[in-house]
Amino acid sequence: MPFISNGTTILDNGAFQASLGSLVHIKTLTASASATLSFVHGTDGVVLDSTYPIYKFEFIDIHPANNDDFMVNFTTDGTNFNVTKTTTYFHDYHEEGDVEAGVTYNTARDVAQGTGDAFLTHVVGNDNDQSCAGTLTLFNPSSTTFVKHFISTVHLSESSNYANTSYVAGYCNTTSAITGVRFLIQTGNIDSGKIKLYGIKDS
Amino acid sequence: MAVVSGGTTLIDNGTLDAAVPTGKMTLLATQTASASATISFTSGIDSTYDSYVFKFYDIHPATDDTDLTFQVDTGTNTSYNQTITSTAFQVFHKEDDSSTTFEYKGNRDLAQGTAFQPLCQDIGNGNDESMSGYLHLFSPSSSTFVKHFIGLGTNVYSGDASIQIYSAGYINTTTPLTRVQFKMDSGNIDSGVIKLYGVGG
Repeated sequence: MPFISNGTTILDNGAFQASLGSLVHIKTLTASASATLSFVHGTDGVVLDSTYPIYKFEFIDIHPANNDDFMVNFTTDGTNFNVTKTTTYFHDYHEEGDVEAGVTYNTARDVAQGTGDAFLTHVVGNDNDQSCAGTLTLFNPSSTTFVKHFISTVHLSESSNYANTSYVAGYCNTTSAITGVRFLIQTGNIDSGKIKLYGIKDS
Repeated sequence: MAVVSGGTTLIDNGTLDAAVPTGKMTLLATQTASASATISFTSGIDSTYDSYVFKFYDIHPATDDTDLTFQVDTGTNTSYNQTITSTAFQVFHKEDDSSTTFEYKGNRDLAQGTAFQPLCQDIGNGNDESMSGYLHLFSPSSSTFVKHFIGLGTNVYSGDASIQIYSAGYINTTTPLTRVQFKMDSGNIDSGVIKLYGVGG
């Protein structure tokens, strides 16, 4: 039965017709000495399919056990995180003592048709107050026609006391649906931090 | 009274059912500039949300060739002088196609500085000139980590160009942040709107 107020249908057939906002929280994973944090469709309440055309991950104070890089990979079968990727990577940086600053492309951290984990950052510091934060947006992961694009921006307090911002983008070079995303530190655990997954409605 | 539609409970006992997917970008405050020396957000920034986004709509400076800038503070302090280390780079294109640049901007970063952080560069004050963009502030209430931010400002450069400043950095304190202030680096904010959103929750 529809619920109509002042001529406007608010509810109908089990769903709100009125806008409730477009950024829908799906899942938050909290690290606690975690080797990886994985979001796999159909597992533990995770939705990562055609429900939303765009998904956004938000990284909140990712703190590594070791001084090392924050990384990502993707899966098409829910188990093997080894999708072929081509990415770009540039970053800007500024040392706390103003000794060095710049913006540059970094060929050591991009991927050319690689299946390994892709860099999202430079070396995140593991001092007690150091971490990284940012976002990764994944477009249309359920497409079986196109490759899957993603764009990430992460700011980190680098181990050698730099402000460092990493701008990464690329595509998963597969026409199979992406069904999961995994995050990790290159070596050692994610000591603490949260990763939040949102779906963007109406996008 | 519960509201049930199509066999699905949507509202019960005064709240939305937990299964209803609601948006998680919540508008917390809107401030409109009117020849304003500063615009300060002094409430609503706490541990309720994991991150906060400020959006800038058509920031129009009173003075030509000026930047929108920001600083933060803790508790009920009003000094707005927290220590920041930041990065900034610029992308630039003249309207007449005579010049393009992509370069690091050493005059718009901070190295353990307490000055206001620029979010853009040299907005024109012509009637149709302005700046728009956003500032994303992560986990401001943390008492463990420094506070990261990422900003993007795009504006009409005073010399008739499109210019973007990509800024980011960290506020180098483990004290929770409670307030954010915006101002031009010279003169007033003649007009414009700044909105504050909480993300997640």
